[in-house]
Amino acid sequence: MDTLALDLARFQFAFTVSFHIIFPSFTIGLASYLAVLEGLWLKTNDDKYIQIYKYWLKIFSVTFGMGVVSGIVLSYQFGTNWSVFSDKTGPILGPLMGYEILTAFFLEAGFLGVMLFGMKKVGRKLHFSATCVVAFGTFLSAFWILSVNSWMQTPAGYSINEAGQFIPEDWLAIIFNPSFPYRLVHMLLASYLTTAFVVAAVAGYHLIKANHNPLAKTMFSMALWMIVVVAPLQIIVGDFHGLNTMQHQPAKIAAMEGHYDSHDGAPLILFGIPDDQAKEMKYQVAIPKLGSLILTHELNGRVQGLDAFPEADHPPVSIVFWSFRVMVGIGFGMLTIGLVSLWLRKKGKLYQTPLFHKVCVLFGPAGFVALISGWITTEVGRQPFTVYGLLRTADSASPIDAVAISWSLTAFVVVYLCVFGAGFFYIIRLMQKSPTRYEQALEARLPDGAEVPPASHPNRLP
Amino acid sequence: MDYALIWYGLIGFAVLIYVVLDGFDLGIGILFPKASNEAERDLMMNSIAPVWDGNETWLVLGGGGLFAVFPLAYSIVMPALYAPLIIMLLGLVLRGVSFEYRFRTKRGKFVWSIAFFAGSIAAAATQGIMLGAMLQGIEVDGRSYAGGWFDWFTPFTLFCGFATICAYALLGACWLVIKLPQELADRYYDVAKHWGVALVLCIVVVSAWLPLTHEIVSERWFNLPNSMLYFMVPILAVVCIWQLFKSLNNHQAVRAYLFGIGLFIVSALGFSVSTFPYIVPFAVTYADAAAPDGSLKFLLTGTVFLLPMVIAYSGYAYWVFRGKLKHDEGYH
Repeated sequence: MDTLALDLARFQFAFTVSFHIIFPSFTIGLASYLAVLEGLWLKTNDDKYIQIYKYWLKIFSVTFGMGVVSGIVLSYQFGTNWSVFSDKTGPILGPLMGYEILTAFFLEAGFLGVMLFGMKKVGRKLHFSATCVVAFGTFLSAFWILSVNSWMQTPAGYSINEAGQFIPEDWLAIIFNPSFPYRLVHMLLASYLTTAFVVAAVAGYHLIKANHNPLAKTMFSMALWMIVVVAPLQIIVGDFHGLNTMQHQPAKIAAMEGHYDSHDGAPLILFGIPDDQAKEMKYQVAIPKLGSLILTHELNGRVQGLDAFPEADHPPVSIVFWSFRVMVGIGFGMLTIGLVSLWLRKKGKLYQTPLFHKVCVLFGPAGFVALISGWITTEVGRQPFTVYGLLRTADSASPIDAVAISWSLTAFVVVYLCVFGAGFFYIIRLMQKSPTRYEQALEARLPDGAEVPPASHPNRLP
Repeated sequence: MDYALIWYGLIGFAVLIYVVLDGFDLGIGILFPKASNEAERDLMMNSIAPVWDGNETWLVLGGGGLFAVFPLAYSIVMPALYAPLIIMLLGLVLRGVSFEYRFRTKRGKFVWSIAFFAGSIAAAATQGIMLGAMLQGIEVDGRSYAGGWFDWFTPFTLFCGFATICAYALLGACWLVIKLPQELADRYYDVAKHWGVALVLCIVVVSAWLPLTHEIVSERWFNLPNSMLYFMVPILAVVCIWQLFKSLNNHQAVRAYLFGIGLFIVSALGFSVSTFPYIVPFAVTYADAAAPDGSLKFLLTGTVFLLPMVIAYSGYAYWVFRGKLKHDEGYH
């Protein structure tokens, strides 16, 4: 396996997985939001909730479709490009993914049809159940796949057989491996935040156009309450996750913090240009002692630098260092937006401040950027291993030559950019339409779903 | 207990269910150019819109299951079938997004009709090619694939690809007869017959071609006394074919559909007779490829409960959307 083929295979996986994660991270949050909306509708009988539901349902169905197809690719890509990894980790990771398919994928797929097209066929209560089941399915899916990912970061409960395969010894230890609870909560909150910012951006956009739009107001208010609660919570959870990483993957923390050298009372490096050759941080702007305070919760705590680890085990510092800063920076930006919204709400000006609405529109994609930066931090920070400390990335790849991988990579890039570019365009177009009292559900497009002209629309479902 | 054998059966079951379910759904994509206008294509697509996602999940179960319980087979077969697999995945991406995109645009609708057709036919053909590549055998050295990058590209595998297109189109036509409004549906009886004839010819050719060129296969089939049992397979095939055409002639759509599925099951039996106990023909047996019992048991425990549930609620989804699509006056 030459290094070019390895790099191409890595790039291909990074490309397909990054594209994929955009969709589920949005659908996890959106499915829960839809369940809440439909629940509120059933409870209050206020039609505005079901109209908001129908508005987002169209966006949900496009996003979900893109998530499904980009996910199928991943379930086969382990084998095509990472066959040695598959052979060795299959006995452990395979069953976890098997459970993801059996508990989550089928559940989502089975009830998605009812959720999208079935309101008139099954009635309100059953339809609400279908929405809840789909939302629960997205949660289960996150549960299993994060267990898989966390095991690659902090492997536990295994032994190794003579063929070099990882063999299960204790399934509970495997599933609930040391970094799993932190990663799961961090990811779920990230999905909720991502969705909340998309909803806030769309609502903000329509409030700029017409600040009396009642549906946009409700969306905006709901999204910002979510942000007020989740943004600070996410920062706290992130801190716990970081401490957990320091315990199990100290080299990753060193790269994130940009510490080439070990320190007692380490500074917090805000900015700098990492130089992997010279092993030093150039032009650094740092706050003394704060690094130790955050990581060890002590002013003079010992923080290990990369010099504490063999050079062959160093992750690439610059990528991890920067992606971590992007994520944290956006996180604090989100916190600020939450606080400002509280202040505006108190003054009764939440819907009358176009500048704030514009900031929210600007922050619409922020969740996705933060989420992908976070994943880059943790995945690149795991390098040069696929299974941390045990299986090197270079020893995981398929015996496939660079030519074959570059062809498939080209095909993926071309098809993904066309297909998901078109999807992005359609979603933006859906978002540009104002939410109105005449929202049509998706079943209106089924031939036997009675198509009612908007003017005479009864404004509620049967 | 031989857990590996149970899993061999379960994975085979998942693949068979996939082929039967996504078969009609890919078949509809293959028949897309047959429709007289975009409105009819709307109907065709809507007849599967609520269920296609569930159908495709069985493919994920087939792949994911192989990774879980036969990781060695997964890691050999995937690189061996590299190119057709990637083409299949991209085909599935194209057709999958078309379900939503087609209804999101008026100007660009035809683009997604073409994408739906092209994606479906690419997925069907490559699935057949992969099946053919498995049947002709995969070269293995140690724990990895040792053949060339175009081993999958032979006249035999290409022919299998064509056979699969015929098979899926047949199922798709039967499904359309069941789901479309009466006046549109009847035309698809003839469509089903044409693809059915093509499929029968393909099955005959493959059944002769394989044993003639592959001694290892012919030895299995013509090996007394087992042959007595094996020859049930072609007999069953003849019964299915006969009943299929009889039902099509009598305009009994559901019956025709079921015997079409019967033909798929018989073909799967034929595949097993030709390759069992190999999971990577003719190099690695299911027992050699199996993960340790700890993994097999852990996943089996849940599967015993989950799989019947999956079948039950997937069935429910079909039940909710049962019956013919009612014809809206606005569509003609």
